[in-house]
This record gives sequence, C-alpha cells and structure tokens, in this order.
Amino acid sequence: MLDDFMMRATLAGIGVALAAAPLGCFVVWRRMAYFGDATAHAAILGVALSLALSISVFAGALVIALLMALTVNLLTGRGYAMDTLLGVLAHSALAFGLVAVSFLSGIRIDLMAYLFGDILAVSRLDLSIIWGGAALVVLLIGWRWSALLTATLNEDLAYASGIDPKREQLVLTLALAITVAVAIKVVGVLLIAAMLIIPAAAARPLSRTPESMALVAAGIGSVSALVGLRAAYIFDTPAGPSIVCVAAVIFAALSIVGSVRASVQ
Amino acid sequence: MSLVCVDDLSISYGAKIVLSQVSLRIEPGEIVTIVGPNGSGKTSLLRSIIGAVKPVRGQVTRKDGLRLGYVPQRLHIDPTLPMTVARFLALPGGVAPKNIDGALAQAGVPNLSDAQMSRLSGGQFQRVLLARALIGKPQLLLLDEATQGLDQPGSAAFYQQIETVRRETGCAVLMISHELHVVMSASDRVICLNGHVCCEGTPEVVASAPEYRALFGSGTMGALALYRHDHDHDHHHGHHDTHDHTHDHTETAE
Repeated sequence: MLDDFMMRATLAGIGVALAAAPLGCFVVWRRMAYFGDATAHAAILGVALSLALSISVFAGALVIALLMALTVNLLTGRGYAMDTLLGVLAHSALAFGLVAVSFLSGIRIDLMAYLFGDILAVSRLDLSIIWGGAALVVLLIGWRWSALLTATLNEDLAYASGIDPKREQLVLTLALAITVAVAIKVVGVLLIAAMLIIPAAAARPLSRTPESMALVAAGIGSVSALVGLRAAYIFDTPAGPSIVCVAAVIFAALSIVGSVRASVQ
Repeated sequence: MSLVCVDDLSISYGAKIVLSQVSLRIEPGEIVTIVGPNGSGKTSLLRSIIGAVKPVRGQVTRKDGLRLGYVPQRLHIDPTLPMTVARFLALPGGVAPKNIDGALAQAGVPNLSDAQMSRLSGGQFQRVLLARALIGKPQLLLLDEATQGLDQPGSAAFYQQIETVRRETGCAVLMISHELHVVMSASDRVICLNGHVCCEGTPEVVASAPEYRALFGSGTMGALALYRHDHDHDHHHGHHDTHDHTHDHTETAE
C-alpha cells in the first residue's frame, strides 16, 4: 500500500493536517499568525545548513525553527512592536537562508521543493518522521490543553489557577517548531502558515467550543489534503499549493454560510 | 492563620517603582477593600498575590494549599475563540455539570451554561467570571474592579451577591474598587494605597484619616472625589454648590 506515491503523499498530507489543526487553533486564538510565518521562514536556513553539513533536513529545520521561535519569545515586549520584530526576523531568516543555499555549489538542490513542498516525493522514512512528529505535537497539545486554553484566555486567570503562562507559551513554541519541520516536505516553508491558519479559521463558524473547533479544523485540513492531492493529480498542478487552495475555498464557503446564518438569527 | 501574608513588598516595572514596602494580611472570612487613585499599584498588588508579578523585594506568603478565586479587571475573549459558559467554567480541568449549574446559580445567573461567552451582556459576563472564581470553592476571592461596565443598580446587586457568597461559604474577599460609596459600606477593612499603604482600618477610620482625605477629598466620605475635575477656572461664579457640581460629573464620568 505504501509503495504507491499517491498513498504516501495522502498520508503525509493528513498527518500534517492533524498536527496543524489544534496548533493552528491556538495560532488563531492567540494571534500568532506572523509568529508561525517567521518560524517557518527561518526553517529554510535550517534546510541550507543541514544540506551543507549533510545532516537530516528535518533535524536542521527543527533546530533553526526552534531557535527562531525562542528568539522571538525572548525579544517580545522589548521595545519593538511584535509585527515589526517578526517582519524583521522572518524575512531576514528567509533571505539568509536563500543566500546560504546559493553557497552550496557542490550540491544541486531544488529550492522550489523546500519553498513549496515536494509531497509527491515523500519516502517511507519521511512518512514515519511526519507521523511521528505529528503524533508528538498532538500528544503535547492534548496533554497541556486545559492549561494552554486558560493561558490563552487570560494570563492572570492562569496564574491564579497555578498555571505558568510562560511555560505554556514554550509548549506552543516547541509544537510549532516540530510542525514546521515535518510540514516542509508537504507544503514547503512558504505555505506552512496557511496549513495552520486556514483550516482553523474555516472551522470557527461551525464550532461552539474550543475542542470542536480543533476537531473540525482537523477534518477540514484532512479533506483539503485529500482533495488537493487528487486535484493536483488530475490537473497536473503543484501539490502543496493545490492543498492550500482547497482549504481556502472551504474557508470561503464556510465563512459565507456562517455570516448568512448569523444575519438570519 | 492568615490566608495571605504580604511582607515588605516592593514591585517595579523596569525603573518605575509601583509599590514600595507594602505589608498586609488577609484573615479568613473578612472582606478587605483596596482603594487608591489610578496608578497607585492596586492591580499590581493583586497580581503579586496570584503570583503573576515577581516582587523585587519582600515576599508574598500564601497559606499552604490556599484555594484562590480570581476575577480579573478585564477579560477579552478573542472572537475567534468559541467558548460556551459551561466550557469556560470547566477551565482548567474538569468540573461536573452539576457544579457548573450550582456555581452559576450562586453567582446569580442560572440557566446560562449553553450560551456563548461572546453573546453575554456586560453584567452576565461579570457574573460568569464570578461563577468561575467560585467554582473551586475558594478560601480567598480576589476581585479587581469586578463591576467595571456595570450600571449602578447592577454593581450594587453584584456587591450584594459577594456578601451573600461570603456569608454562605465563609470565604475571605480582597477587592479593588473605585466605587467607594458602595464598597466602603460593605467592607470590614479598607486599605488605602498610593504606591505604599497610606492608611488602613475600618471604613470609618479610613474615611476620616487625613491621608485618605488628601487623596480623595472629604465630600460624601470622599466617594465622589475620584471623578471630580478641576473646574476652578471659569465655572466658579455659576456654581456655588460644588457638591452638586461634582455629582453631575460622577454620572457623566461613569
């Protein structure tokens, strides 16, 4: 079954969608969209470094994404507005990454594969790393779910309940770095934030509780992966962007349904 | 034994000192109110008691295993976050549905558990916050201007509810309020704060203390002084009755 590249691609897409759904909800609730972007863009630098050092791309991307996320955490609230800070860090990381890649003259690498993903080339090993990483993210967020939600609502409420919001922020940071690392192969660094945000945002009009929003987001993400890959196969379009396009169409449709329903009530 | 012991506490944000050498104790079952002008460190004091602010000097000691209920000054729930009242009350950890209904009833808003938080009125929202603070059967309830956004009858009813809760559960209450006239009468003890403890004691003692009068003036136990604007320049001739004058502004300022 796993011999078929379409099957491997589909499973990889669903794995990323499942990890991205609960994390993406927090990214949306906490308004961390740029944070996700910055972490993802930094990963290209990790890709370049791991190719230069001949280590696993997953490992390199994970380390640099984590460093980036921790740097942002550290610099937050120290003089610059958050969006300025993230704009500086995200785009510099991307630029340094692209420059670093150009130094790798010995190795001919397909930059597009890392910018936009190369889901059809997912190997069995890749697949196991993706599912391992996704499982880790889901377990991590599931374990901290209540504490994360409380810290997201209000930091002081969290403190009063004996929860340290800074520690919960670190949990999210770690989950984000893992997700970025495993999603590079599937959608590429430029579209990872889309996989985080679009399914979660699309799930909002259908949800009454945070839990249902995460579940619906997982469903929407998985459907996007399935349909997007199928569409890419039929129309011969790039796979990662096709997945994001399907998610965006679902988002638009559900937003319209949601606003119509709200105006009827 | 005291529930909370604040000892020689100093707090600063960067170079700005907001509290210096504050000491106080909260005993079981008492209602203590903190009053003070804006920027006097009231919220910082409360936040240090819940552990959200690290003091630069001194310490806050809580009784072992103290159960806290906290109602923050503001709670903004992002519109992207769907949240029913029942789910909100169950944070963090699980609470049986029966307890949720009980806590809502105790806070004076029964039958709301299925409503979305974003659809609540200001008064309902504050009472749901109170219900959440009560659900863990706190020994100490901390309220930071919990009646913000409520009209006068609403806030009066809210404080009555607090007294009822204290009577029924015996929990101590430490609250910050700007509504001095309501609060002073409902408190066992008042602490007047302005970067340090200016004066403290029963409402009567504090209201007649010179330090308090210096901060809040003396009319109507100082209750209206917070909102009094300085109209000395050209209004003077038309308004000999300055008491009425300030009273007008109390209503417009609220």
